[in-house]
Amino acid sequence: MKITTALGMLAVAGTLFAGSASAGDITGAGATFPAPVYQAWAVAYKEKTGTGLNYQSIGSGAGQTQIFNRTVDFGASDAPVQTEKLAQQKLLQFPAVIGSVVPIVNLEGIAANQLKLTGPVLADIYLGKITKWSDKAIADLNPGVKLPDLGIVPTYRSDGSGTTFVFASYLSDVSADWKSKVGAATSVSWPAGAGGKGNEGVAGTVKNTKGAIGYVEYIYASANNLVTVQLQNKAGKYVSPTVPAFQAAAANADWAGAKDFAASMINTPGDATWPITSATFILLPKEPKSGEQAAEVIKFFNWAFDNGNEIAEKLHYIPLPKDVAARVREAWKAEVKVDGKPVWAN
Amino acid sequence: MDATMNGTGSPSAGGALESISSARAVGRTADAIFVALLWGCGIFVLILLGLIIAMLFEGGLPAFRNFGLDFLWTATWNPVTENFGALVMIYGTLFSAIIAVVIALPLSFGIAFFLSEIAPESLRRPIGVAIQLLAAVPSIIYGMWGFFIIAPLMAAYVQPPLIDLLGPLPVIGLLFQGPALGGGMLTAGLIMAIMILPFITAMFVETLESVPPMLKESAYGVGATTYEVYKNVSIPYGRTAMVGAIMLGLGRALGETMAVTFVIGNATRLSASLFAPGATIASTIANEFPEAAQGSLKLDSLLALGFILFVISFIVLALSRFLVRSNLKS
Repeated sequence: MKITTALGMLAVAGTLFAGSASAGDITGAGATFPAPVYQAWAVAYKEKTGTGLNYQSIGSGAGQTQIFNRTVDFGASDAPVQTEKLAQQKLLQFPAVIGSVVPIVNLEGIAANQLKLTGPVLADIYLGKITKWSDKAIADLNPGVKLPDLGIVPTYRSDGSGTTFVFASYLSDVSADWKSKVGAATSVSWPAGAGGKGNEGVAGTVKNTKGAIGYVEYIYASANNLVTVQLQNKAGKYVSPTVPAFQAAAANADWAGAKDFAASMINTPGDATWPITSATFILLPKEPKSGEQAAEVIKFFNWAFDNGNEIAEKLHYIPLPKDVAARVREAWKAEVKVDGKPVWAN
Repeated sequence: MDATMNGTGSPSAGGALESISSARAVGRTADAIFVALLWGCGIFVLILLGLIIAMLFEGGLPAFRNFGLDFLWTATWNPVTENFGALVMIYGTLFSAIIAVVIALPLSFGIAFFLSEIAPESLRRPIGVAIQLLAAVPSIIYGMWGFFIIAPLMAAYVQPPLIDLLGPLPVIGLLFQGPALGGGMLTAGLIMAIMILPFITAMFVETLESVPPMLKESAYGVGATTYEVYKNVSIPYGRTAMVGAIMLGLGRALGETMAVTFVIGNATRLSASLFAPGATIASTIANEFPEAAQGSLKLDSLLALGFILFVISFIVLALSRFLVRSNLKS
């Protein structure tokens, strides 16, 4: 009896381990922001094809390092890698999925998407120039909304992150002052406020501090019912952070003119566009050591572009627009080669 | 007695001698191997330490080359312009660790003296075990506790009255200014104080228990109060070990990472206020490391920060040894 149970458990354990690391699995590493959707895709893809994906969400910087050293099949980065670096490392960069960053606030009596802000006002808050919620600059945007005479506590990500890169890029785009004094990177020298580690750190600090404002990824804000705000977009319209607004941003981006697919979705035109949107990227070797592994990676993302949209939307990510996915497929055929032959043909 | 020993003892004694002599023959090589292994263990520590220092120094060297010694007293940390300086982190590391020791010290004294002198036998064990358990709580748990419980309490009940009361005062007011964020230097120091409490207390208890009862009893005998015995007998007797305990606590606080990252506010700006967000060397490395690209000046600067932390810890340890020695001489 005991022996049979033990054998049974061994068999179960055996299948578990076999399931987690079979020979043909794809390995990837990098950005944390898209990790939930990559992992959800991986589960569905494994059921379909038997090929697994082992994705480590270790941060964009570490992901870049790993693909530069070719220790993984693909790297993932939230911020696009510079063209020269891609050329030097012989990497193809393509977008996988799109996400948005949304400001959140902690103000008594203010409901979600009730407060209206413009880019320059948001920049001035984070520059420490606007320090009170009752400031005229904010009150003018919100007639009829009663704002407390409370200090503003700007809250930011203390860890280096793609979210910060996207948010700071937006502030640089809308405020010349921000661009010259602070700029944009995965972590910046914040002129005011306090930092929390990760989305949960920012959300927690905002929740704990009356009068705080922060920024998190939309997936995090929607999953936790955080109080988001409306932002004025390039067309001068106030928009709430909703999936259609993010889709509008993706559709209105200049994909044709972008190098390495690094199309900016920061402050793109269009009436319905949410201004702080960005793609997250995959880095794939152009001359892979193993053509088969590279082909497996391409097959995975090819499948995800066709069949993974529902999963992505369920997790509040925005799938790539169809024409962009088509462009990416062209790039796979044209650029990922072993001995001059493409590793993947549709 | 004698008869039985002689009768039964001699043959077995002979057998034992035989086995001892044969064991020695084998033991000679075994002993040599054992001694060599012991040497290996000892040298291993030295080599490991040396390699870690070398790795940190080599990794941080580009940062020192780029910024020179200015790296140590530049208060900028700007990843966008790649202009890095360590002053804010060095200041934050020392400031928060000193706050922790200042808070933990009187508490440790109190607990240790209570345990060794006052507490009834039935209470000693539970309190002693509870303090040891404090040391077993993982640092990330302290971080979460600090973030979700202590920081909101500080923001609601501690910081606002202190800011209103002491903030306007000259000089000392500088320590109590800014918005009530909950986190910051003081909160970080408070959490670390609780974390280092068990270490300092354990050593204090040990020291107090080593005070010869004769000394204490003589003092009580001439009519000294509990406080007088504490101040004039116990503390002077154990002063050297106590300095060592404090330094040990300080050393632990200097390198604390996770709990501090949660509550210190992570701002790379210099501020005198106890309530202002700051950063320590360890928290900065924890925050920035995952996104620091290979070969970037940022990574070099982070490694240089690690080297500086190593040096600071070394100085603290050396200082404690020096203090203990000078105390011993006097």
